[in-house]
Amino acid sequence: MTSRSVLDISGLKVSIGGREVLRGVDLSLAEGRVHGLAGESGSGKTMTGLAVLGLLPHGARATGRIALGDRDLLTLPPRELNRVRGGEVAMVFQDPATSLHPMLTVGRQLTEHMRHHLGVDKAEARARAVELLGKVRIPGADEAFGRFPHQFSGGMRQRVAIAIALACSPKVLIADEPTTALDVTVQAGVLRLLRGLCDELGLAVLLVTHDLGVMSAIADEVSVMREGLVVETGPRGQVLREPAHPYTRSLLDALPDSSPEPPGSAPEPPDARTDSSPDSPTGETA
Amino acid sequence: MSEMDDATGAAASPPRPSGDPPPATARSRRRGGTHPLARFLIRRILTAVLLAWGITLVTFVLTNLVPGDPVAANLGQRALGDPAIVAQWRAEHGLDKPLWQQYGLYLQGLVQGDLGTSQQSHRPVSEDLAEFVPATLELAGAAIVVSLILGVAFGVVAALRRDRFADHALRVLSLIGISVPTFWLALVAFYVFFYRLQITPGSGRVDPALGGAPPVTGLQTIDALLAGRWDIFVSAAGHLVTPALVLALYTIGLLTRFTRSAVLEVLGQDYVRAARAKGLPGRVILFRYVLRSALVPIITVAGLAFGSLLSGTVLVEAIFAWPGIGQYAYKSATTLDLPAVMGVGLVVGVVYLVINLIVDVLYGVIDPRVRSQ
Repeated sequence: MTSRSVLDISGLKVSIGGREVLRGVDLSLAEGRVHGLAGESGSGKTMTGLAVLGLLPHGARATGRIALGDRDLLTLPPRELNRVRGGEVAMVFQDPATSLHPMLTVGRQLTEHMRHHLGVDKAEARARAVELLGKVRIPGADEAFGRFPHQFSGGMRQRVAIAIALACSPKVLIADEPTTALDVTVQAGVLRLLRGLCDELGLAVLLVTHDLGVMSAIADEVSVMREGLVVETGPRGQVLREPAHPYTRSLLDALPDSSPEPPGSAPEPPDARTDSSPDSPTGETA
Repeated sequence: MSEMDDATGAAASPPRPSGDPPPATARSRRRGGTHPLARFLIRRILTAVLLAWGITLVTFVLTNLVPGDPVAANLGQRALGDPAIVAQWRAEHGLDKPLWQQYGLYLQGLVQGDLGTSQQSHRPVSEDLAEFVPATLELAGAAIVVSLILGVAFGVVAALRRDRFADHALRVLSLIGISVPTFWLALVAFYVFFYRLQITPGSGRVDPALGGAPPVTGLQTIDALLAGRWDIFVSAAGHLVTPALVLALYTIGLLTRFTRSAVLEVLGQDYVRAARAKGLPGRVILFRYVLRSALVPIITVAGLAFGSLLSGTVLVEAIFAWPGIGQYAYKSATTLDLPAVMGVGLVVGVVYLVINLIVDVLYGVIDPRVRSQ
């Protein structure tokens, strides 16, 4: 909890077509920490993530403050915001089958923003990209560079998407339901990877998920959202074990077999925190 | 056609992550010894050859099913009264043999490049076609190029300025283009620009006083450039502008509508949002991410539109006295000049085939998923 705060969201309100979807969200992301953002669908989790990058849907209005260092992302001119996107704040989307362009090679999607943001030449971008593919544990990184997304499995595609997000060494990574579209067997591998990268690179990660199992596996802090407001926030153990807000309690009670939460017992799903140098991507094939 | 549908469908909704797709083509590339695109091309060309044969069969059968006797259409009253002359004429044109034998002879001639002799011009049909086809190709080619450029540009603008003035204005324009009949537009254009305003040259392909460039490609504008005759080029281009635009207007309208909806569809895709999240400049996102995907449905429509454009040439050629295949087809059909009619049918069919082949190959070039199928 002593690590430096990188991104501070305060009083974020977003309205779309006159309807308020975020009603004053406060969140703080710190270096090397995974901040989980939970809540049912429609609670505004994804909107919070999109607002940070200025990717809100057409016609949305955002007020409040999203501070990255001493800059407010909400008032940043478009050109400078574009430099932040991908360069300082990157995003991983829910479904890697649709978030990668089907007609462009993985290599191209990995290097184009690298060349744009960092101004590196083709050969250097390629070398970096291959290194990144190795870092996210894609077998045969060199060959994978020239392949198309449809030639990878779902889990591998999400690893590619993570590599793309990390290409310009951002400080903040927003992962919007990064494992929801994946098979359960593949989820653990991707989560372990995220956790490992967060520790290794000192990334501040905002992990948006509705899955409390995912949350308990890798988050340091947990915030729970409901109807556009953060109703509870705190260290993972505290929020998941001794929820203060009745809504959090009802969320935990709604888990199929409330195995993560028999009061008093620590959550023990595939806990990757203890395994901070993960090695084998489980259950995945190239 | 089924490949087309598949390809458009795939563009509209990318496949969900259902199980593991087959492993890389890199491996199969080594195994097959040929590039996947080359294999894709060979397959398509073989299919095209088969289809070309089918076209000969269909044109032959249909032409012979037409009610009316070519003898009556070609011989005068007195000659018709003489059975000996009629029999001789029939034998001369091979009409006394059974149909399947006629088809056999036709095919035999075809592979040697002989399409028969026109009963009207008394010249080989192939010579007639060689004279008229380039004129039509020049007209239709100019029209399709113009409509692709303008239609796609208008569609992109309409999509990017959705629900704003430019979008509404382009919607009206494309509706006019789609709904106004070509022959009417041709008449009005001829009347307004040539007769009243006198800003365009009249009928034909080039000013008769200039003669014409020595034929190389048969396309007057290109030949003029090849011969370095700037004056002929200006005249030929001037003659081409109005009929080509008249012909193109429908396709422009069609492509504007299709491009608009294709671009809007792609703009809503996750990968476009992901590209924005990467901080890529808008220009790169538009051309590399959006247009590339939108091109698949656009070329599908453009390929089909080229077909309707060819049939539109018949009317436009008649009004602008453009010496093309449309006029030739009209004359041959009214005189039941069967070899000529079949020749025209064959040419139009083959043009269709070639267009479809190009469209198929473009799918493969644009979309790697099509190639590896």
